[in-house]
Amino acid sequence: MTHSSSAYSAARHGAVPFWRDIRVLRVIAQIVFVIVVLAIGAWLLGNYRSWLAERNLTFSYRFLRLQASFDLAEGISFKPTDSYARAFLVGVVNTLRVASVGIVLATLLGLVTGVARLSRNWLVSHISSVYIELIRNTPLLVQLFFLYFAVILKLPQLKAGDDITALTLPGPIYLSNRGLAMPWLRPSGSFGSWWPFLLAALVAAVVLLSLRARGVQRTGRPSFNFLWVVLAFLAIPAIGWLVVPGNPLVLDVPVIKGLRARGGTILSPEYVALTLGLVIYTGAFIAEVVRAGIQAVPKGQSEAARAQGFTEMQILRLIVLPQALRVIIPPLISQYLNLTKNSSLAIGIGFLDLYAVSSTMLNQSGRVVEVFLMIMAAYLSMSLSISLVMNIVNRRIQIVER
Amino acid sequence: MTTSMEKPPATEVGVLGWLKKNLFSTWYDALLTIGSLAFIYWVLRGVIKWAYTKATFSAEPGVCKEARAAAAAAGETAGACWGVVITNIKVFMIGRYPSQESWRILVSLGIVAVLAVLTWWIWRSQNMRGARRWVVIGWLLSLPVITILLRGFSEKSQILPLVPTEIWSGLLLTLVLAIVGIVASFPLGVLLALGRRSTLPALKVFCTMYIETIRGVPLITILFMSQLLLPIFLPPQIRFGTVLRALVGMTLFSAAYSAENVRGGLAAIPLGQYEAAKAVGLNDALMMALIVLPQAIQKVIPAIVGQFISLFKDTTLVVIIGLLDLLGVSKAVTGQQEYIGLHKEVYLFAALIYFIFSYAMSSGSRRLEVTMGVGER
Repeated sequence: MTHSSSAYSAARHGAVPFWRDIRVLRVIAQIVFVIVVLAIGAWLLGNYRSWLAERNLTFSYRFLRLQASFDLAEGISFKPTDSYARAFLVGVVNTLRVASVGIVLATLLGLVTGVARLSRNWLVSHISSVYIELIRNTPLLVQLFFLYFAVILKLPQLKAGDDITALTLPGPIYLSNRGLAMPWLRPSGSFGSWWPFLLAALVAAVVLLSLRARGVQRTGRPSFNFLWVVLAFLAIPAIGWLVVPGNPLVLDVPVIKGLRARGGTILSPEYVALTLGLVIYTGAFIAEVVRAGIQAVPKGQSEAARAQGFTEMQILRLIVLPQALRVIIPPLISQYLNLTKNSSLAIGIGFLDLYAVSSTMLNQSGRVVEVFLMIMAAYLSMSLSISLVMNIVNRRIQIVER
Repeated sequence: MTTSMEKPPATEVGVLGWLKKNLFSTWYDALLTIGSLAFIYWVLRGVIKWAYTKATFSAEPGVCKEARAAAAAAGETAGACWGVVITNIKVFMIGRYPSQESWRILVSLGIVAVLAVLTWWIWRSQNMRGARRWVVIGWLLSLPVITILLRGFSEKSQILPLVPTEIWSGLLLTLVLAIVGIVASFPLGVLLALGRRSTLPALKVFCTMYIETIRGVPLITILFMSQLLLPIFLPPQIRFGTVLRALVGMTLFSAAYSAENVRGGLAAIPLGQYEAAKAVGLNDALMMALIVLPQAIQKVIPAIVGQFISLFKDTTLVVIIGLLDLLGVSKAVTGQQEYIGLHKEVYLFAALIYFIFSYAMSSGSRRLEVTMGVGER
């Protein structure tokens, strides 16, 4: 019986021809797929080869060392005699300048409006929901055009004299159609001997914080007040300030001379428009992320906290936000990525970001494929690094849950 | 024993109660309320003054100039000149599409409207399930019909002379880009999602790489690729116009995002569904087409609508590659000599149109979510 059944199954198995054997079919399907993909790829590359041959070109990155012979008036210093490689670097730095400031400000705006959206005050929650709906339902490029052409470029001119025509905010911060001029800290000669103190303060703060966290983990109660950390962080540079001759940092205040502002830091109107536009746009999306995260915390949590006599502010800070963060972080990562990618709209208003510089490089050099690959590589590595950093943050926050 | 029912205090119910509960529950709540009121007053006063009280509505360019000069002389800020929008309304809508052929756009809109009403009506009543299939066929047929209607046959044709896609512009181009983009990218997205979940490693690696690469770069680089790289990587015999190339770019881009949405739906289907489909003897293709995909897609309809809205907003990026969609036309209008300095009016009008479409879609999706009970499950 056993013998005959196994003979039967063997006969059956033997009877399955290889073209109906699922294992063989799977391998064949993949081989066919790979061949088709490779064939299409080869065909495309062949077309590219003949395109190159027609123009007597070869695929190479040697043009990067050549003189760019165009000017870039934004970000780190650049002269027309600098190389293409330097021009690309200028673009990358400008994109990072926009993205880093944008991410910080958009997070703050999103947090505030997201919390305001859930406020028990009817007016506050409706104002923020009007903001969120208006911004989320109009294209970013329209907003950027509006901000740049209809708001920033329509600001009053910058003119010196008895009456400064620019909008002046305390500081002094001058807002005009030339952009924004504001005071800035500038390192002086003695900064070189002062910055080790700054580093020491940072190290001390980190060490104290981790000691404190360890104390909390062991006994459930911090071994010393948080104020000590703040004190250490402030005291060490202050001692350094007294020890080092002269002031290591000087407050540089902008002064209007003629039609220009000098001193301080001056942000171009394009930079202001792009950063502001990205902050307002992404802030609305982050607000929705924050709202969803807060609503994901069960109501009982805040009710229990209220019953124990926590104030509304304490409930938000100590009970709701720490739990909401776990829900918030993953979609927040994708908003940060979106902000970075959306900064490529800079070209629409003439800000010289990575994409805008690359397209100038491309028009000058005619190296279409080479420059395209550089753009892709730059954006992909930026996206990957943001994901990496935020995933580490995410993992640390999720561990708390146990 | 009679107990007299005491009325609740006047400050707890009615208008006063509402005010106290929602606006003045604590002292800082009251402060917030007063601050918000001041803010609303300031914004509304500015907006109404600019957009209505001081604005001019005449199509005559001279009226606007006089009003601006008068305001400048008085040292005040000038109001809006809505004349620029009123004069150019047709330009915003259809751009350079020939005027004598604009009936074709109206007929196309009519077809869509009739189909939409039919769909709504038939889906509402329970006893017309048989007619649903015909509505779906109608929608599918409407695409080629409208394409032919808008584009025409050839230059010499008497009935429908050719209107090349190069001169499609304004809101018309925006809608064409958005609709064709979503319709073309969705099937591609479903295939990519299936590929990414496939057990065949070669297929899986390819689809994952495609999706992650596209999602890691901005749309503008993809549009750039479609404009500059397509002609290089395709033989000189194959050439298409800028609009078609932009569509290829938007489709390739949007497909990666659709794929991730569909994949989310696929992941939510319990394994039992696959096993049951196999048990009743369906092969893999039928199992996917009849059992898994319909459920998966239904689960992620809100996400798909969200994707459609962002694609609709992203169509504005074609301005950067030189196409004249609604935003491109707006930019062109503000560049004209007689409308110099009227950026606010024009861009606000464009923003309003984009807002109406996306807001309608997002509130539609919210209602769909409620009726399908997606949120509850």
